[in-house]
Amino acid sequence: MIKFLLKGILRDHHRSLFPVMIVSIGVALTVVLQSWVTGVFGDLTEFSAKFNTGHVRVMTKGYAENIDQIPNDYALTDLDNIINNLNKDFPDVTWEKRIKFGGLIDIPDENGETKIQGPAVGLAIDMLSKNSAELDRLKIRKSLKEGKLPTKPGEILLSNQFANKLNIQSGDIVTIISSTMYGSMAINNFIMSGTVEFGSAAMDNGAVIIDIADAQNMLDMDDATSELLGYFTHNYNQIKATKIVNKYNATLKSDDEFSPIMQSIADDRFLGSYIEYAESFSGIMIFIFLLIMSVVLWNSGLLGALRRYGEVGVRLAIGEAKGHIYLSMIVESIMIGIIGSIVGTIIGLCFASLLVKGIDIGAIMKNTTMMMPSVFRAQITVETFYIGFIPGIFSTVLGTILSGIGIYKRQTAELFKELEA
Amino acid sequence: MKKFIIGILMISSFLFGQTPTAEEILQKIDDNMVFEKAITTAKMIIHGRSRSRTITSKSWAKGNDLAMVEYLSPAREKGTKMLKTKNKLWIYTPEPTDRIISISGHLLRQSVMGSDLSYEDMTDNSSMIDNYEAKVLGDEVILGRKCWILELIAKNKKIAYYSRKIWVDIERLLPIKEERFAKSGKLLKTTEITEAFFQDNRWFPRHMPFKDALSKGKGTEYILESIEFDADIPEYYFTKAGLKR
Repeated sequence: MIKFLLKGILRDHHRSLFPVMIVSIGVALTVVLQSWVTGVFGDLTEFSAKFNTGHVRVMTKGYAENIDQIPNDYALTDLDNIINNLNKDFPDVTWEKRIKFGGLIDIPDENGETKIQGPAVGLAIDMLSKNSAELDRLKIRKSLKEGKLPTKPGEILLSNQFANKLNIQSGDIVTIISSTMYGSMAINNFIMSGTVEFGSAAMDNGAVIIDIADAQNMLDMDDATSELLGYFTHNYNQIKATKIVNKYNATLKSDDEFSPIMQSIADDRFLGSYIEYAESFSGIMIFIFLLIMSVVLWNSGLLGALRRYGEVGVRLAIGEAKGHIYLSMIVESIMIGIIGSIVGTIIGLCFASLLVKGIDIGAIMKNTTMMMPSVFRAQITVETFYIGFIPGIFSTVLGTILSGIGIYKRQTAELFKELEA
Repeated sequence: MKKFIIGILMISSFLFGQTPTAEEILQKIDDNMVFEKAITTAKMIIHGRSRSRTITSKSWAKGNDLAMVEYLSPAREKGTKMLKTKNKLWIYTPEPTDRIISISGHLLRQSVMGSDLSYEDMTDNSSMIDNYEAKVLGDEVILGRKCWILELIAKNKKIAYYSRKIWVDIERLLPIKEERFAKSGKLLKTTEITEAFFQDNRWFPRHMPFKDALSKGKGTEYILESIEFDADIPEYYFTKAGLKR
């Protein structure tokens, strides 16, 4: 029967062309949308992970509870021991020390007195170790606007906009005023080796990037850090992150506010709900397309049924059972669905691969204070290859099931009268 | 003559057990607490979230406008100095930083060295009677001592705390317990005087626990180790050049 139906579909274009076209368009749209949304959500998640949260992160309970205040008095201590245990338990995760701090940048005049000050947000990363991946991870090399990257302790980077506001050049002395992890005043001189521009107001307004060892020294955080960020070899994976987090937190016995705790991006107040939304987005999208295409194909099925009114009548007249006709039409619709889904997926993938290069929205993002990438890209995943088949096949079948009910309403006694007419 | 009459009236009211007026009580507190010139050495024990730290300092003060504080220990803070002249504050950090940094505006209300004292608290030598309108709310026994309870409302916006509730030791005329509030009514700070000493005809606090109500720390103990009233202090101590001496 399948071979017979396939021949019918291929030879009778009037029977298949319109439904295949509709299915193809719908599937192509589904594929493009899925790859775009996955890409955008993925870009946002990875961007936040790189700058802010890691794929997973370890911090103290007290720090996690007051994270908005950057409470370095709740810093992780006994760091070497914690890192050794993490490396042993999770060898495929790369762990990076990060210190965040708030403070003031003070520029001295020729007498060493305050000339100008500005509030700063400090980010300490490993910039000087030979094998550090942090410069590439945060794209600091690409973001360098003026001067050079720090090559020795005591050198820092400032955001270009901030440096311009303070009217300082590469090589100038800047003083950072902050608080140590014990609350004392921390005042240290640094040399600004260069400026960076990330294209995001959140980073470009007042960021100071400093080497982790310099920050530990300045903030009295020897063998301590604000957070330990863990990065997977590939992009963020919620299932893997949950497994790691559960395994690590299960080993913790102390309920002390200084005891370490691990969190994934999903535990982040902002990104958590965002990831939840991203995960349910594919389902919502499929449902909407399924609904719309079913209605469209139901209509096309009705049109087809009207056009094939005579054909069904003849088939009934020569004694074919109503159930068999109905079944053959459903099988036919599955075939049309598969053909349309294949064509649609190919078309969709072609468009998606064009979007993989990305769309630069840097100019729009210039003044936003959100931590967002300036280029959004589509991402082709395994899901992209099959997602279109779900609405593609189901909607054609649903459309045929609904329109084909009419077969059972035909009366055999009236068939010849209808055919004569 | 006028002062003499007020003095006689105040003495008689204290002697005969009547509650003096709020202004009279504030005047007596000022007589104890406000000084023209003084050199002090003090110790701050800061009970942080994770550990306690002790910072020792020496201060030179002249009225409420001029003050200089030099930190003597621990090693990390040693040599750091703070200079206050009227509404300006500078911090000097010794070599290798060797910087004089201006602290102004809201930073004056920030914590000193992670303690529960702000820069304003640390250098405050202002007169209560000049800064606050007061009324007596009643009396109560606090920290084992009989006290009058006073409510103070700031006379102008420049005062660090809009209102205060103070428990004044009837005998020593020191505010042995204080609650300091913002204009919204939010409690900002509490202080106590758990130990006092008598020197140069005045009672002065020896041991004062401070607690910043907005901080999660465990409080700061301010311990006055010595004070020399009306000491001879060279003028250059209160100059920026004096910071680098």
